[in-house]
Amino acid sequence: MAKIIELKKVNKWFDKFQVLKDIDLDVSSQEKIVICGPSGSGKSTLIRCINRLEEHQEGNIVVDGTELSENTKNIEKIRAEVGMVFQQFNLFPHLSVLDNCSLAPIWVKKLPKKQAEEIAMNNLKRVQIDDQALKFPGQLSGGQQQRAAIARALCMEPKIMLFDEPTSALDPEMIKEVLDVMVDLAKGGMTMIVVTHEMGFAKEVADYMIFMDEGKIVERAKTKEFFENPKSDRTKLFLSQIL
Amino acid sequence: MNNKNKKYLLQSALILSIVSLFIFFATNAQINMSNRGLQFGFGFLNREASFDIQFTLIEYSRSSTYLRAYLVGLLNTILVAFFGIIFATILGVIVGIARLSKNYLINNLASAYVEFFRNLPLLLQLFFWYYAALRVLPLPQDAGEFFFSSYLTIKALYLPALRWENFYVFLTLFIISIFLIIVTKFYTKKIQEKDGTQFPIFLISVAILLILPSLSLIFGFSSFSIEKPELLKLSETTYTFEGGLEIPPEFIALLFALSLYTATFIAECVRAGIEAIGKGQKEAAASLGLNPNLVLKLIVMPQALRVIIPPTTNQYLNLTKNSSLASAIAYPDLALVFAGTALMQTGKAIEIVSMVMFTYLLLSILTSVLMNWYNKKQQITEK
Repeated sequence: MAKIIELKKVNKWFDKFQVLKDIDLDVSSQEKIVICGPSGSGKSTLIRCINRLEEHQEGNIVVDGTELSENTKNIEKIRAEVGMVFQQFNLFPHLSVLDNCSLAPIWVKKLPKKQAEEIAMNNLKRVQIDDQALKFPGQLSGGQQQRAAIARALCMEPKIMLFDEPTSALDPEMIKEVLDVMVDLAKGGMTMIVVTHEMGFAKEVADYMIFMDEGKIVERAKTKEFFENPKSDRTKLFLSQIL
Repeated sequence: MNNKNKKYLLQSALILSIVSLFIFFATNAQINMSNRGLQFGFGFLNREASFDIQFTLIEYSRSSTYLRAYLVGLLNTILVAFFGIIFATILGVIVGIARLSKNYLINNLASAYVEFFRNLPLLLQLFFWYYAALRVLPLPQDAGEFFFSSYLTIKALYLPALRWENFYVFLTLFIISIFLIIVTKFYTKKIQEKDGTQFPIFLISVAILLILPSLSLIFGFSSFSIEKPELLKLSETTYTFEGGLEIPPEFIALLFALSLYTATFIAECVRAGIEAIGKGQKEAAASLGLNPNLVLKLIVMPQALRVIIPPTTNQYLNLTKNSSLASAIAYPDLALVFAGTALMQTGKAIEIVSMVMFTYLLLSILTSVLMNWYNKKQQITEK
């Protein structure tokens, strides 16, 4: 199957501190990968490198056939194909939910306003908050905000979706509504890389699990094998603590 | 007695006491004035002022009326406040952004400037520019040309002046082009909504503003000539410049002091506004594929302006009111000309002080109304 994301020997430092160490990772189209690991292990940094919100210093990252480097001209073009959902939602507070969603289709894809709003409404329907379209982010609950953020990313019709701990800032009863949307998305065939500690979600949708610690990929395995028969002691310890 | 009646009673008592206090002061003033043989009235405004004003924007001589003197002072105040606000804004925005720079030198230079000028009394700064900085400038005959036949001397700054023929044609076209820009903005927005095409609005606006008015020059409907200041010998040792535009040192000192002082506060407003926008907002916008210009235009600026405008309005008001420090260096502003000289000569203290007070009040209210309108426009989408 065609590789849509390829990382080879990626190294990254924050000043002198090395956050990513020799990361190798392939993702095929339509694959779902869940990354877990203790905090500070480099999970977030890794997926932020994939749309170049963070720059890597060594190694190669190829996304959908384009290598990311300082010379990458149209980084915006890659970012338009890679949707991202953040822990803190990061909706634009000065725009309505509808405008949050139609903004990028209008300004990046240069679609007519009417068409962009149709796309926005369809995606809001998909995450079941189309009745909140005219409200402002501050008027929504955390779960609704995160679903709006997912809809906003989907409006660009991305080939890949990156989720950076999407449920970590939510109240427990709101986690499910967000995870349901993500499960739905996974079933629809989206390529997804998800950083999360929601192991129930991981078991349900992930093709592969990745466990990271101290900037390294410690273990990469098929989901079933990962949970039933983890190889490294570090993974076993981690799983015993969170399961 | 229920609560509502109690409130009304309290309110009426308050109003009654304020009115009686006012009547007390008014009758008191009336009695004192009639004891001294003074009469309340604005008749003096039509009398001859018979004093000179060094720097006037409109025609004025000793034989002009007090009303004319009032207008001269008012226009001088507006002039320095207007240019002060423009310079302070430009400098403030630049310094505010510079304080966020990652470049060590730029960042620290900006911080040093803000901390230094913000923490010295404005009057002291005014004295510095007037008595220290501008006093060491050369005499007219020793002054070198510093650009385009401009001369900075101890007497004044002399600039080449534009002398217009049929200026109104140029002005009309200028106003038309501003209207045209508004119309263009409106229609390009409509077109974008319809089929998604984006236009470089800023470039189009600049082009309209440059091309349309200059058509009047190209086709000769209006024209101008440049009048250069020429050195003129008055006597064996005294020289001066004739022609061109003469800007007195009092104006320069006041403008410098007001802009440099107020810019520090505006810089802090700008910095606070930009810092208020979290990193996450920019990252979210970038991750959708918006380029840095669009991130600034659509995400950062609309949010930052809301934080920046209200405190900046206060700074504009402060600058306008602080311009009355002009009296200290004899720049003939409203306070000096009218509440100073005219008051001294006529003795019409109550009339003149209240006129000047109302004028400053009006200027301040006008500024606030204008800025509130702009602020509303920025916040129009927030519910």
